[in-house]
Parts: sequence; C-alpha cells; structure tokens
Amino acid sequence: MSAEAAAAELRLALVGVPNCGKTALFNRLTGSHQKVANYAGVTVERKEGRFTGASGRRYRILDLPGAYSLTPTSLDEAITRDAVLGRLAGEPPPEVVVCVLDATNLRLNLRLVLELRALGLPLVVALNMSDVARARGYSLDAGALQAELGLPVVETVAVAAGGAHALVEELERQQQPAARGALTYRDPTTAEVVETQREARRILGVIGYREPARQRALVWLDAVVLHPVAGLAVLAALLFAVFQAVFSWAALPMELIDAGVSRTGEWLLAVLPEGPLRSLLVDGVIAGAGSVLVFLPQILFLFLFILALEESGYLPRAAYLLDRVMGGVGLSGRAFIPLLSSFACAVPGIMATRTIPNIRDRMATILIAPLMTCSARLPVYALLISAFIPMRAVGPFNLQGLVLFTLYFAGVISALAVAAVLKRTALKASYHPLLLELPEYHWPNLRNLAIGLWERARIFLRRVGTIILALMVVLWFLSSYPAAPAGADMPAIYYSFAGLIGRGLEVVLAPIGFNWQISIALVPGLAAREVAVGALGTVYSLSAADDTAVSTLGPLIADSWSLATALALLAWYVFAPQCLATLAVVKRETASWRYPLAMAAYLFGLAYAAAFVTYRVALALGG
Amino acid sequence: MTRQPKTLQMLPEVALSTLRKGDQAIVAGIRDNLESLGDEVHSTLAQRLLELGFIPGEPIEVVGSIWPGADPMAVRLGRSLFALRQREAAAVLVTRSRANGHER
Repeated sequence: MSAEAAAAELRLALVGVPNCGKTALFNRLTGSHQKVANYAGVTVERKEGRFTGASGRRYRILDLPGAYSLTPTSLDEAITRDAVLGRLAGEPPPEVVVCVLDATNLRLNLRLVLELRALGLPLVVALNMSDVARARGYSLDAGALQAELGLPVVETVAVAAGGAHALVEELERQQQPAARGALTYRDPTTAEVVETQREARRILGVIGYREPARQRALVWLDAVVLHPVAGLAVLAALLFAVFQAVFSWAALPMELIDAGVSRTGEWLLAVLPEGPLRSLLVDGVIAGAGSVLVFLPQILFLFLFILALEESGYLPRAAYLLDRVMGGVGLSGRAFIPLLSSFACAVPGIMATRTIPNIRDRMATILIAPLMTCSARLPVYALLISAFIPMRAVGPFNLQGLVLFTLYFAGVISALAVAAVLKRTALKASYHPLLLELPEYHWPNLRNLAIGLWERARIFLRRVGTIILALMVVLWFLSSYPAAPAGADMPAIYYSFAGLIGRGLEVVLAPIGFNWQISIALVPGLAAREVAVGALGTVYSLSAADDTAVSTLGPLIADSWSLATALALLAWYVFAPQCLATLAVVKRETASWRYPLAMAAYLFGLAYAAAFVTYRVALALGG
Repeated sequence: MTRQPKTLQMLPEVALSTLRKGDQAIVAGIRDNLESLGDEVHSTLAQRLLELGFIPGEPIEVVGSIWPGADPMAVRLGRSLFALRQREAAAVLVTRSRANGHER
C-alpha cells in the first residue's frame, strides 16, 4: 500500500450502550471483512472490520464493547473508555467516533452522546432501529436532534440492506483529522451525571420525542416470561426443546463428518506405505482431530439457539429468573449463559464467561464449567449404559434414560456445590450488584445469526487446529512408542508409554475398581473424553476404525467388568478431569497456571472420591 | 428534636426495595451509596443508577419480582427494564404513586 493510500484510511470506533444494535450495524458496514482477536493482555474481544466508501476512501472500524458510560463498571466498559480516549497501548486513537443510539430508547441512550460530545472528538450520531421506531409509532425528528446536539445525526437500519447508507455518506464528508494524543478525562460527579441527564431530557422535550405505549403483546409476554413460576416453566420447556433439537438435528451432520473422517483415514491407509508417518497421520492427526471435529454440529446448533435467544432479548430474562437460585451458591445470574454453552463443550462455555464483570464470579464460573455434562461424555455414557444397565421400564420411565438423566443431574448438582464452596472460601468476593438490563424483544436477524455463528465456528476450529491437534500428536506418540516386542501377546498399546503410564495409574485406580485396560484407555482420553471409547477398543484388540467397535465392545466389557466397576467409571466421568483442551483454554483465559492446575486437582479429587464411593457401595450391595 | 410531623406527607419517600409487583412510583433520589461496582473500576452504585436514568422525577413501575422477597425485581423505567436485587433497589428512594391492590 502506498503512503498516500494509507493516509486516506479513516479510523472509526463504534460506541453505544449495550443492546443498541451496534454489532448489527458493524456487521452491516463490514459484512464478512471482520477480524476478531483480543485486546493486548486482556480477554476482551477486539472486533475490527474494514469497508470502502463510494469515493474510494477506506475505513477501518473498531466495534467497541457496549458501555452505558465512560465511567466503567466492567472490564468491557473500561476498554471502551480507554479506546475512545486513546489510552490503550498499541491502539491508535479513533479519528471519528460513531455513537450508535437505539431510536426506540433515547432516554437511556442520549446521555452517552452528551458525554462523548464533551470530549471534543469528531463525533457522528447514528439513530439506529429508526425503522422499528417509526413502525411502533415513535415521533422522531433526526433533523431537530442534529440541530439540538450540534452534531451530524443520521438514521440507520442495521438489519436492512442499504440501512447504513446515510451513515457512510456522512462519514465520507468527515475530514481526516490531524493526529492527536491521548485525551484527558475526569470522571463526573453524581451531580454532573444528573445534570447531563436533565440536559438529555430537555433535548428530548425540544425535539418532540414521544414514546408510544408499549405493545400489549410484549407486556403480556413479559408478564409470563418474568413470572417466577410460569417463567421458569417457559425456560425449562425452551431448554428441553433446544436440547432435543441439538441432539436430533446434529445427528446427521455428525454421521457425515464421522464418515468423512474414516473415509479420509482409509484413503490414507491405502495410499501411504506402512510406517510411522502413516500411523501418525491416520491414528494421530485424522482420528484425533476428527473425534473433536465431530462435535462441531452440536456446538453450532447450540450456539445458533443461544445466539437467537440472545438477539431476541430472552437470555438476560433467563439470567434474571435464575439469579436467585445461582445467588444461593454465590454466583450471578449472568453465569447461566456460559454454563448453558458448556453442555455442548466447556471450551466455548469458558470463553463466554467474559461477560461476567466480577473477576471472582468469573473464575468460579470457569472452574465449574467442566462439570456441565459436555457432549464428549455422551459416547462414554452410551457405551457403559447400553452394556450394563438393563433396558427396563421404571414406572413411566426407562431405566437407561433415568441413569443418563441422573448423570446430567449429578453434574449440575456438584457444580452448584463446588461453586458454593469456592465462593465461601478461595473466591470469596465482595458483593457485586446485578443491575442487568432486560432489553426489548426483537426478532433475531438471520444475517447477524449467520455472522455470529461463523465467528464461533472459526474460533472453535482454530482451537481444534492448534491446541487440540498438537495434543493429539503427543498422545499418538505416547500410545505408539515404544512398539510391542516380537511375539507379544498383549495389544501394542500395552507396551507403549501410554501403557506404561496406564499400568502405573492402575496402582492408584485399582481401589476404585478400574483394571489396567481402563487405566490405559484414560490416557489417550486426555485429548477428548470420548477418545477413551476408541482407546478401550484398541486395548481390547478391536480395530478402532471399525464402525461396529462400540457394538462389539459393549458385550465384551459387560463380560469382563463387574457392574461396580462400570458404575464407578460412570461416576468418574461425571467429573472427568481429563480434557486437556479445557485446561488449555482455562490457562489462556485466566493468563495463569493457577486456575487450570486448581481445576485439574479438584476434578481429579472429586472424580476419585465419587468413583471410590460408588464402587464400594455397589460392591457392598452385591454389584 | 424528634416529633411526628403534624400533617403526614402526602407521598412519603420509601426505598424501591419495599415496592412489589404492580407498584408504580416516582424516583425521589438515590441514596449516596458509595459501594464500588467493579474490580478495576471506580464507579459507584449511585452513579450507575443515575446513568441508567434513575433520576428524581422519573416514573417507574415494578413489573416482576422473584419470590420470596422480590429479589431480584424487574423495574420498568421509561422504555428500559432493569433487574435489580434488593440491595440495589434499597439505594433508590421513591414516592409511591399507586399501589396495586395491596397495602404494606
């Protein structure tokens, strides 16, 4: 790029209160030209995009986290303030700030504009959702607002094609300002805040801004959704429907991915000569990454629902309903969303804890996230339940189903118990207010859902591609070397490092009923929990690539294990500490070794204790 | 000097936390509550409540509450709806304009 072209690039920052439609406007402006990363040193998401105006001028735009004020109450808000003021290290200050307002709620939104205006920055005001405002009968006069504010005001409709047209035109008129240093800023006193609010209300009066009565249907909807009994029933029904859909809709794409992975493995088997490289590619890279990739459909479906619920304005209401229950163990209602995501996979769940403002609440939520039964545990549960639990009716229920439900339930209950202990000891925090906005309901926008989903998929795949793949290769090495001696009568894995570790572990795990086969299988299971199923197949000399492995393995272990052992292994998997991907993400998100180590230690402790008790009780009862 | 006022005020100030679902009121003020709101921040509860629009003269309505004890409660303020726990609601002083069906 020539120096001239670089100079012709204007740096913008989007600022607005949460739920003002800022991210939708960002999507509208930049489409897929987005880059998501973190701000240096903190786990606040940094979203930057680019677009080009009709004049050929290029724009680089930063979507700053939603903020009610420049006096922050959370890390997100602090980042927004510092970015606007030009205080962030390695982040040049924006040349023009675009303040996004929700036209249907100017009473909440306008104060921020006045606060930004006082900074003296080049500022453009985007009256977003102006179409909804018109349709719902607001009286809205952008021209009068522009005159009162003394700032350019444009109407935008972030969810419609061409809805940002007026904004881009206005930006094209903005001069390239001279370079400036960091701004100075002083937090206002409460009296000054009241004064700014009065000024905002005076302006709204002058421009004749009128809000119509809220739609009857929405009032009625809130009466149900926010009701302590009916609301919880709606939440339960919604969650049930979501999980049903996630598991049934994801089944087909999962089979396809699975088939694709084993097809690729077979193809490599046929093409490559026998040797370590083939083994590395087929058993390490393809099988390893494939076993994680197979969960992508479930994760995407779950995220699709979470994004839709988020966009619709429902999720904060669920957090409100559950705040009391979660407050009982010292967590905030805001922990609900990360924990819900953790049912698909703890990795995105832990990343979603970024929305929790209190650092100790956030750490407690991260630490209990792996106790939500993630989908990687399902293959293990499925194998053991089908092998050991008879298909029998218990009242209106099925015994196998009941056991599965119990396992999920045990995870949730232990998560609450662990949180209660953590919040009373190591993570005891001073009180942190809820102060949660419950935004107006909106129909989710397909384009925004698609962009949001694509972003999550990319982040997940990057994890698979880096951390997880690297771990897979290490584990492949441990399970393949050293090779079995000639004339060995045990499966090859028995003689490998993994076998060595497993046999060493057996000494520790024998008291909870695990034999050496299980102990060995737990080692490759470190990569992803369900890999333990394939590893058991390997230990029992079945071909892991064989589709029928599970159906053959079932009867085999049913013959060779006691019921007590099987139940102990199920209990172990409720806590299942061995997921290196989760531990790696915790390390990354908390930027310290303390939390991943603490997590591994407490999960191992609980898994061992639970398996021990289960095994001993089952033995005593004659299992 | 402590004595009861001769004429009861028409609209006594009470804490928002004492209202229940269906109650409507006018914000009278914010208790100068200096409780810190965050870890790396210096905003106070009083300041944030004012920023969200809980300024004197604004009408509010309690539209939902979790039993028992209305903790948290959902409070409508103009076009916004906020979830407040008892502790936050206690910092907001209001004068009741209408009680919905029950006396306290």
